[in-house]
Amino acid sequence: MSKPFGKTSTGILRDMKRDRLLYIMLIPGVLYFLIFKYLPMLGIVISFMDYMPFLGILNSKWVGIKHFVRFFTEPMFFRLFANTLILAFYNLVFFFPLPIILALLLNELSGKFFKRFIQTALYIPHFISWIVVVGISYTMLSPQNGIITEIIKAATGDTVNLLGNSNWFRPLITLQVIWKETGWGTIIFLAALAGVNVELYEAAVIDGANRWQQLVNITLPAIKPTIIVMLILRMGSFLDSGFEQVFLMQNPLNRNVSEVFDTYVYTSGLLNGQFSFSAAVGFFKSLISLILILSVNRAAKKMGEEGLY
Amino acid sequence: MSASKRSQSTGFEIFNRIFLFMAAAACLLPFIYVAIASITTPEELLVKKVVLIPSQVSFAAYQYIFSTKIIPQSLGVSVFITVFGTLINISMTALMAYPLSRKNLRGRRPLLLMVVFTMLFNGGMIPTYLVVSSLHLLNSFWALWLPTAISAFNLILMRNFFQEIPNELIEAVKIDGGNDWQILINVILPLSLPAIAAFSLFYAVGHWNSFFNAILYIKDADKWPIQVWLRQIVLLSSGGFSDASAMSEVEYIPSVTTQYAVIIFATVPVLMIYPFVQKYFAKGVLVGSVKG
Repeated sequence: MSKPFGKTSTGILRDMKRDRLLYIMLIPGVLYFLIFKYLPMLGIVISFMDYMPFLGILNSKWVGIKHFVRFFTEPMFFRLFANTLILAFYNLVFFFPLPIILALLLNELSGKFFKRFIQTALYIPHFISWIVVVGISYTMLSPQNGIITEIIKAATGDTVNLLGNSNWFRPLITLQVIWKETGWGTIIFLAALAGVNVELYEAAVIDGANRWQQLVNITLPAIKPTIIVMLILRMGSFLDSGFEQVFLMQNPLNRNVSEVFDTYVYTSGLLNGQFSFSAAVGFFKSLISLILILSVNRAAKKMGEEGLY
Repeated sequence: MSASKRSQSTGFEIFNRIFLFMAAAACLLPFIYVAIASITTPEELLVKKVVLIPSQVSFAAYQYIFSTKIIPQSLGVSVFITVFGTLINISMTALMAYPLSRKNLRGRRPLLLMVVFTMLFNGGMIPTYLVVSSLHLLNSFWALWLPTAISAFNLILMRNFFQEIPNELIEAVKIDGGNDWQILINVILPLSLPAIAAFSLFYAVGHWNSFFNAILYIKDADKWPIQVWLRQIVLLSSGGFSDASAMSEVEYIPSVTTQYAVIIFATVPVLMIYPFVQKYFAKGVLVGSVKG
């Protein structure tokens, strides 16, 4: 058995033969990722073509960056970009800190039974579909007999239609996210808090540190790496703007603020059949997201944090 | 000095308890309100607008739902999609997580990189749709199961969980002549039941709640899951905006109690399994997700 590979290669072959069952187990998963994750990435090439479904990818005509030029020069481009970014900033500023604060409060709770009850209740909204959340919002905010509309009417005498008012779109979206995800978001921070060395607090109490000083000097530094990892992860989905939620909350009266990248891709691509153009829009969005997460990760590492990888 | 500090901290504790109790109530109250409204008579809702304690309990909305044929059917569709889909998810994820958890597997790093990269970048909605459509999966439940068969995030967490299992247990099976398949079935999976339970819940909730893939891929209305029908009922037939005023009051109000009842149907199954699986969250999710 002469082999041109040398010694290490035979080692690899021997190891692979030993683990052949493991490789067989990997086949379905690897096929899944290749077909449903990497094949669509290749499919991005249609954004450089005039893709026609009946011609297929192989026979459709290459058009270079025509669709990107069209998208960047459309007035719609700035509105989409602004709407997406504003929603993302609302989310970052008003939602992101809340799970951390709530976790800190939960961590101060004594009494196991009470704590478990509170946690159970707080986690529940995470498991509810966006349709149910939006459905409840619609019935509560309905101008006809919504409970919130009636409360506002009792207080001010005016019948308001918050659902049809585009000024209320972003606050409503943010409030829904806060209601649905704040409780669930605490899990990761509670786990980080559970890992903080108890002796540090005991020593601090002996030194006369109060609750606030313990928080600033022990707790926050201890969970800082977790906060930063969560922040980086959020950057990866910064432009996603909760597609299902926005899609459901969108109506003709708020379209000027509710049209974001993802909803635009859906309407122009799948409803109006402009596959290539909307694939270009989607590609642009994915690319910006990738750049965002990579640069935030790099910035975190520069500041001496662990980062994602 | 110490006495005042103690009273200060009990003051904080009382505030903290009240605040957290209110937060928990805010999470639960919308469901309670919807549940009450679903058993109120349409007439009482029409007159009083807001009903906290119905003077008369009526199951008319539920009777109406079961008389429609399409909603009970869509509930069945949802159960089928969820059960079968979760089975696919768990077996595909475990089958891939186990080899990736073996530290001396050749090619482990590139495979992991391949998985992680899909969390950072994706082809997007249109190319994915074209792949699903070119595989002739449109209008079939496979279009709901296969494109979401493995969540990269869950895969990594499950792999981390498997890695925590002591290597001696695996070596012991090998010494007895067992192969990797037997190790997975007889050692890894039984020891990972808490994690499997938690991941099953995550996957199952994902299937139960998903509606957009069904809108995208399923054209036949009799194959729609309950969430898609809920969207039709709540958003299209009597939305909170101008369209609704075109409808007559009489027609609108009964459909409100129907909406409430459908919301309950779309929610209750999840709420029913949730308490049984909740205790596994900490074990299943947290191991490995927080860096040591």
